[in-house]
Amino acid sequence: MGMRYFGTSVQRQEDKKFLMGQGRYVDDIEFVGMLHGAFLRADIAHAKINGIDTSAAREIPGVHAVYTLDDLGDPYPNKPMTTAYASPLLKQTICQHLLAKDEVCFVGQTVALVVAESRHIAEDALSRIVVDYEPLPAVADCRNALDADAPATHLGLDSNLVGNFYGKFGDIDAAFAEASHTFKVDFHEHRGGGHATECRNIIANYDAGKDETTVYLTTQAPFLIRRLMARYFEEDESKIRVICPDVGGGFGPKNGPYAEEFVLAIVSKQLQRPVKWIEDRRENFVATNQQGDQMWHMEIACEDDGKILGARGRVIHDMGAYVPYGLLLPATSVFPLPGPYALPALDVTLDAVFTNKTCTSPVRGAGRPNAAYAMERLIETVARGLKLDPADVRRRNFVRKDQFPYTTGGTLPSGDPAVYDSGDFHSLLDMALENAGYEDFKERQAAARQEGRYLGMGISSCIEDTGFGPYEGVKVKVQPSGKVLLQTGAASQGQGHQTVFSQIVAEELGVDIDSIVYQSADTGTVPHGVATAGSRVTANAGPASQAAARLVRKKALKLAAEVLEIDEDDLEIEDGIVRATAQSGRNVNISLGDLSFKLTPLMNGKVPDGFEPELEATSFTSSTGVPHASGSSVAEVEVDVETGEVKLVNYVIAHDCGKMINPMLVDGQIIGGVVHGIGNALFERMVYDENAQPMSMNYGEYLLPIATEMPPFEVLHQETPSPHNELGVKGAGEGGTIPAANAIIAAIENALEPFGVVVNDHPVDPQRICELLDEAQARSGAA
Amino acid sequence: MSEQLKDTRDITVTVNGKSYQEAVETRLHLADFLRLQLKLTGTHLGCEHGVCGACTILVDGEAVRSCLMLAVQANGREVTTIEGLADGEELSPIQEAFSEHHALQCGFCTSGMIMSLTAFIEENPGADEAAIREAISGNICRCTGYQSIVAAGVAVAAKQAGGS
Repeated sequence: MGMRYFGTSVQRQEDKKFLMGQGRYVDDIEFVGMLHGAFLRADIAHAKINGIDTSAAREIPGVHAVYTLDDLGDPYPNKPMTTAYASPLLKQTICQHLLAKDEVCFVGQTVALVVAESRHIAEDALSRIVVDYEPLPAVADCRNALDADAPATHLGLDSNLVGNFYGKFGDIDAAFAEASHTFKVDFHEHRGGGHATECRNIIANYDAGKDETTVYLTTQAPFLIRRLMARYFEEDESKIRVICPDVGGGFGPKNGPYAEEFVLAIVSKQLQRPVKWIEDRRENFVATNQQGDQMWHMEIACEDDGKILGARGRVIHDMGAYVPYGLLLPATSVFPLPGPYALPALDVTLDAVFTNKTCTSPVRGAGRPNAAYAMERLIETVARGLKLDPADVRRRNFVRKDQFPYTTGGTLPSGDPAVYDSGDFHSLLDMALENAGYEDFKERQAAARQEGRYLGMGISSCIEDTGFGPYEGVKVKVQPSGKVLLQTGAASQGQGHQTVFSQIVAEELGVDIDSIVYQSADTGTVPHGVATAGSRVTANAGPASQAAARLVRKKALKLAAEVLEIDEDDLEIEDGIVRATAQSGRNVNISLGDLSFKLTPLMNGKVPDGFEPELEATSFTSSTGVPHASGSSVAEVEVDVETGEVKLVNYVIAHDCGKMINPMLVDGQIIGGVVHGIGNALFERMVYDENAQPMSMNYGEYLLPIATEMPPFEVLHQETPSPHNELGVKGAGEGGTIPAANAIIAAIENALEPFGVVVNDHPVDPQRICELLDEAQARSGAA
Repeated sequence: MSEQLKDTRDITVTVNGKSYQEAVETRLHLADFLRLQLKLTGTHLGCEHGVCGACTILVDGEAVRSCLMLAVQANGREVTTIEGLADGEELSPIQEAFSEHHALQCGFCTSGMIMSLTAFIEENPGADEAAIREAISGNICRCTGYQSIVAAGVAVAAKQAGGS
């Protein structure tokens, strides 16, 4: 059978409904008797609550109920949430109550809930709730959180330290003792929110007859949320069903858990009515997790030719007010630090600290873009310090092709050693440089400078650990109609899962892709899953799709051989028909649908001897190790030295995510990812004042990348198969985002080299570029 | 206050070629009217402050943000939403091009993008890439990075220019 689907840019199976306005998102779902909730949120970053008066709100016609924490009833006033990722490294795992108890610790924290006939009425009633706040000092900047005189972020805390995370291997003292050169560099990294175009939305629907709660949720992790809810409520998992309908983008913050989904489940049960809550954008800016700030103080040891001997330093990491997500962000900021480089020694300590700001959790790439930026900053610092070509410094330090599998010396958060499975970092960089015109760029740059135009080119290289386990379940089942049901626990937020898993199953089973019926992300109907996060789904559900389809194929061939009285080896499956091969000399066939029918007889039938009913199989086959994607990006910019404006001229990314199932979809993931990274480099800044009041709560103040600001993108592919799964695939969801910030920042620095400007911090806006130019001028004037 | 907010008016509005006579709350914006009252949920709300463009629809042929217009302002006017573009199962050229160029991922901004481009290309057949980028600069997409959307727009604009 030919390879008809795998590796082909098949148009998406998902598209038509969205194009016709028939997508079905949470807010599009209605139930009879449905009520609408609106949350009252803290509007002060840190305060003691002396009392909440909800009496006026309750009097508004159309209001069904108003809840404070006490109104939720026992045991909730004494039952804070728990972190989704516990760790022995956590020193203070403070999690919030579902509604504020006696203290609020960030603007946006849930304080009360109104449930009413309509959202409009619920919001009217919110304005009638009176909260008696006693303001307390707040920590807004993570850099000050551990100062001796820093305020306590929570009443009664002795220290704002959440915990530490460490990245240590090799002999760091020897590295610095033997080095010909050492350089220090400090930089501040800021990453904002996920900003999916659909905010977080929930419907909780309690069925008294079944004593079962169904939650329609914009989550990336339906099975995780169900488990966390079941544990919190001390319920059996079968009593809670989480369904993800169409979800309008995820990017990390939709993973959850969030207080709102727990509150709605409780309230729906108490009121015995379906209750909907739709987050509005203003809420989303404060109520949905973001990624926050990191301050890095780093030092690097190297030889004359730029060969790196070791890196050490300290990071202060902003956790926000609570710890819903354990130390996942700190971990992913530190363990990937070596990047594509053979780094002999590392010694980095990260202090995770509380601030009085919105909670943090991964945004596209999690801490990996931070780690990549840190390592690339060190490369830039070495190149600048030794006056070397930054491309050469990278080449001299890359892990070589002949070194795979390469053990970095570091460990993954699981405790396993970090091992890079495959790749060719040198050829990726060469591809990117060649297509970006790196070789003759210096001439173009010089000519432009003659005209007073400042062009710059910046490089960034990265690896991405993808596909973390343990599994995503996939079930494949041929139905009597001949249609093939493909079910997976993996939730989609636009990645195109339906198309790629259908490609794999159609290919393996020998059916037309249009005969596949896809169902996903409903804990009531599909096999167990984990989460759509960390570029993990293709490398888990992909192998499971292949394995499940293969089992079904085997069963179909065995049964067909008996029915057609022919040897199994003389059969093939094409377009859903099992038929004798040309070589067999026979001319017999039977459809998969008919075989399914034989396996699912009704009253007077009999299941064929030696077979189980149903032409189906479920698989949890996953990658056997961590598939590492890799890439090198080259950005070209033009900087206006009068206004500080940065124009993105061109962006080339050479990327290796192993075998591509659907190249068109891979390009979509990569370009979308790069644009998120460009937002982090140039545009997206969540601004807080010194009292931790958020100052950027709409898209006029918080800038997202828009079409007119984007450069042309060229995506080049190298396909180094991962040995960790038979398909040879690696994740592709974040490889665009991870390296982007340094490519842009380094390009700006390259453009402004004549002025001696070093940017280091991101995002950088035109105002800051003008300041840096002024500072540089003052320095050279003084010298 | 509450009573005033519940003030209603009767309006007559044509949506996707069908005439509706409806009593609407005066404070109801047009997007909520379409979604809640007419059950046309293809129009999405991404920011409700007129920046993201997800709720873009056509009113008398012009692209408008339905979160910034009140339902009562649509009285006597003709509205087209994403549900009104296809001819039965047959997609409009822009809808087709979006699928061909992989110009959508999560689908949430897609309705607004398509409505913006529909209005723009109708007025500007043959529009070049820069013009198409400008035309969607008021529509935020967090998934695609825009390049594929621009490619879809350029392809349709070129075809429209050639065809007319």
